[in-house]
Amino acid sequence: MTELERHSYDVVVIGAGGAGLRAAIEAREQGKRTAIVCKSLFGKAHTVMAEGGCAAAMGNANSNDNWQVHYRDTMRGGKFLNNWRMAELHAQEAPDRVWELETYGALFDRTPDGRISQRNFGGHTYPRLAHVGDRTGLELIRTLQQKIVSLQQEDFQATGDYEANLKVYAECTVTELLKDGDAISGAFGYWRESGRFILFDAPAVVLATGGVGKSFKVTSNSWEYTGDGHALAMRAGATLINMEFIQFHPTGMVWPPSVKGILVTESVRGDGGVLKNSEGKRFMFEYVPDVFRAQYAETEDEADRWYKDPDNNRRPPELLPRDEVARAINSEVKAGRGTPHGGVFLDVSTRLPAEEITRRLPSMHHQFKELADVDITAEPMEVGPTCHYVMGGVEVDPDTAQSVVPGLFAAGEVAGGMHGSNRLGGNSLSDLLVFGRRAGMGAATYVDQLGSERPKIAEADIDAAAAEALAPFELEGGENPYTIHTELQQSMNDLVGIIRKEEEMERALAKLAEYRGRIAKMTVEGHRQFNPGWHLALDLRNMLTVSECVAKAALQRQESRGGHTRDDFPGMNADWRKLLLVCSLDTDGGVNVVRKDQIPMRDDLLELFELDELKKYLTEEELPAT
Amino acid sequence: MSYKGKFRVWRGDSEGGDLKDYEVEVNEGEVVLDVIHRLQATQAPDLAVRWNCKAGKCGSCSAEINGMPKLMCMCRMNTFEEDEVVTVTPMRTFPVMRDLVTDVSYNYQKAREIPAFTPPADLKPGEYRMQQVDVERSQEFRKCIECFLCQDTCHVIRDHEENKESFSGPRFLMRIAELDMHPLDAADRQHEAQEQHGLGFCNITKCCTEVCPEHIKITDNALIPMKERVVDRKYDPIVWLGNKIRRRGA
Repeated sequence: MTELERHSYDVVVIGAGGAGLRAAIEAREQGKRTAIVCKSLFGKAHTVMAEGGCAAAMGNANSNDNWQVHYRDTMRGGKFLNNWRMAELHAQEAPDRVWELETYGALFDRTPDGRISQRNFGGHTYPRLAHVGDRTGLELIRTLQQKIVSLQQEDFQATGDYEANLKVYAECTVTELLKDGDAISGAFGYWRESGRFILFDAPAVVLATGGVGKSFKVTSNSWEYTGDGHALAMRAGATLINMEFIQFHPTGMVWPPSVKGILVTESVRGDGGVLKNSEGKRFMFEYVPDVFRAQYAETEDEADRWYKDPDNNRRPPELLPRDEVARAINSEVKAGRGTPHGGVFLDVSTRLPAEEITRRLPSMHHQFKELADVDITAEPMEVGPTCHYVMGGVEVDPDTAQSVVPGLFAAGEVAGGMHGSNRLGGNSLSDLLVFGRRAGMGAATYVDQLGSERPKIAEADIDAAAAEALAPFELEGGENPYTIHTELQQSMNDLVGIIRKEEEMERALAKLAEYRGRIAKMTVEGHRQFNPGWHLALDLRNMLTVSECVAKAALQRQESRGGHTRDDFPGMNADWRKLLLVCSLDTDGGVNVVRKDQIPMRDDLLELFELDELKKYLTEEELPAT
Repeated sequence: MSYKGKFRVWRGDSEGGDLKDYEVEVNEGEVVLDVIHRLQATQAPDLAVRWNCKAGKCGSCSAEINGMPKLMCMCRMNTFEEDEVVTVTPMRTFPVMRDLVTDVSYNYQKAREIPAFTPPADLKPGEYRMQQVDVERSQEFRKCIECFLCQDTCHVIRDHEENKESFSGPRFLMRIAELDMHPLDAADRQHEAQEQHGLGFCNITKCCTEVCPEHIKITDNALIPMKERVVDRKYDPIVWLGNKIRRRGA
């Protein structure tokens, strides 16, 4: 029998970013004993990296804004592939979720009349993003963290124990979900510090583990983003959707190596920054696609006039949607017109006076000065695309956030459907709050319905999970996990990256099959106490599974849409819009992809759009009768 | 541009340990954390280190570099000479768990002892009205990434374990100041700052401000104003008289 510590909870939340914390707050407020399990320290999750803001149609900056406008913007951003019910709930509930944060102590920037200020962002019709300078994510996570503490203080008043009903298990990794028949019975993991095993006996698990960016070489994501929740869900029998859609942000830092992939905010271009290749040419004029031709300037003069007079001039092509700009940069570098470090130049120094740059872009100025020794008021930045966000994730019921596995819930980046093929900036923080709360509520309701009939954990499952976790110590003379990880990242970056081709994806799948064999035989040195090599070895299994989903789904989808660009199928195809690619694991651990029809949009939501717009996305049969 | 850098890294656990010498490749543009990661990947796969965002935003990779409390991800290698030995040790104020990882639970305990934001009872969500100038003071303190370098450097607890119980450290005294300056917080913070959290221990040497990677003026903008508020009240003759009368009545 495996030696371990055991805990019993009603709800276990895996992940302590925005979605996880909001889910835990809800479950605890619904009277459920709740545990939060996270790989890092409490308050360090990736949510802190969000800069721009949290989209919510509060109508503070423009009173014409409402949930219907936000809904339309979100569907357009996702090229109509979004789960419309999720997009509807998100647009309707986001304002309440933001106002709620103020009652927890959040301090957003204000309008002159004292309400929450809202800023403009790509794809949003009106100024919509609640923000705190360019550190909105930090405000969000700290606020939720402090709300958790205040709930613990209430419990302390009532019971004398801060952790009676809500406890954070920090620096603790879950490696397996356990089931009794079809239903979730608990979670198995280890303390990162000691390497000792830990078991949570719980009928409901909420996955809030974020994304998968660490499968790619160049990413804005931290080490935690290894697709743990995606892989745990699959191993427990749940399904993933939309895994082919990965958002590459066009402007990440490319130099120095230590910060390669770190984000350079879109505002640099919004405030006048231009993209140039090594020949000094503003190349974006060459990359305006036909569908956007009418809205974008054809000459530099016209583009430059737009900043002062947007009504009588067309927008500069640097402000095309993220996917277009990312593809253009990629093409320039491939054609040999890149910078010494393999990016392009983003120049704001010749466009604005120095003091104006430091006033409008303080954090960018600071970031380049401190990390790259580049003074952006005097010289250009070097930038290139970086893997930023996965639109795909666990297939869930929109209202309860429950997956196809009873007792298993998912919220935030690890859940799929909400953003369709492409997420709008600002819709991530609001997604966390809306669906974090719904997942916490869904889990609480599920536990209530179970009554005393709780699923039981089988000892054999514990032993199997322990053996699996210790496997990397068993072998000798195998490869170091760092080597395989580096190769996996390179393959995904090169072969299933921003532009995809059938032949390259086939090669990627062959590579992934090879890594699967090597991962089974890798070895880890040292002991179980705080051993990063071992931690990586376990995370690597998850990255491999998720990478297979991305590559297989991408190979199947024969069109280009949002975060999925096929060199061999450049157009959008309405027949493909109707289809979801659903990933699941087969019995030998391989990834299966099957096609599934989307549920048609409800009529009253369909009526929010003009027929001409719908024609661009829907098939003839799907269009409303006229 | 690549060279062999000389590193001296503390290896050990709660039982003890010592500095270990390494020669490791250093490339142009790198920071200390990159080199620590290269050590992990090539020579010391079990070297324990905490990190997350690698962009100075999460406050995980705090350590002491040549004795100075710093974030490893924001410490550029070109600030050292190529033949200079770079010594990396764990934060001294907190118990070592392993190598560069320390037990920072003291901070989470102190966070719990500060009563949460207390809004006026009748104010509904969505009805909060505050002016930008009024929220800015607390917003500065909310830039804190909780790297705990200010706690590490503070001499009140750095070599004085015995003070930890009665002193919450600059980070959490600043948190109390943040709540006290929140335009809508209805709780009394000043008494507890002095009596429960040891504000009086602070003799404003500004070491915390110096090491703050977010450049928050902890001493000038949080601790000194908080001390002034405490003093104003303590020595306010009317408050003094009020206290006397009430105490007599009781």
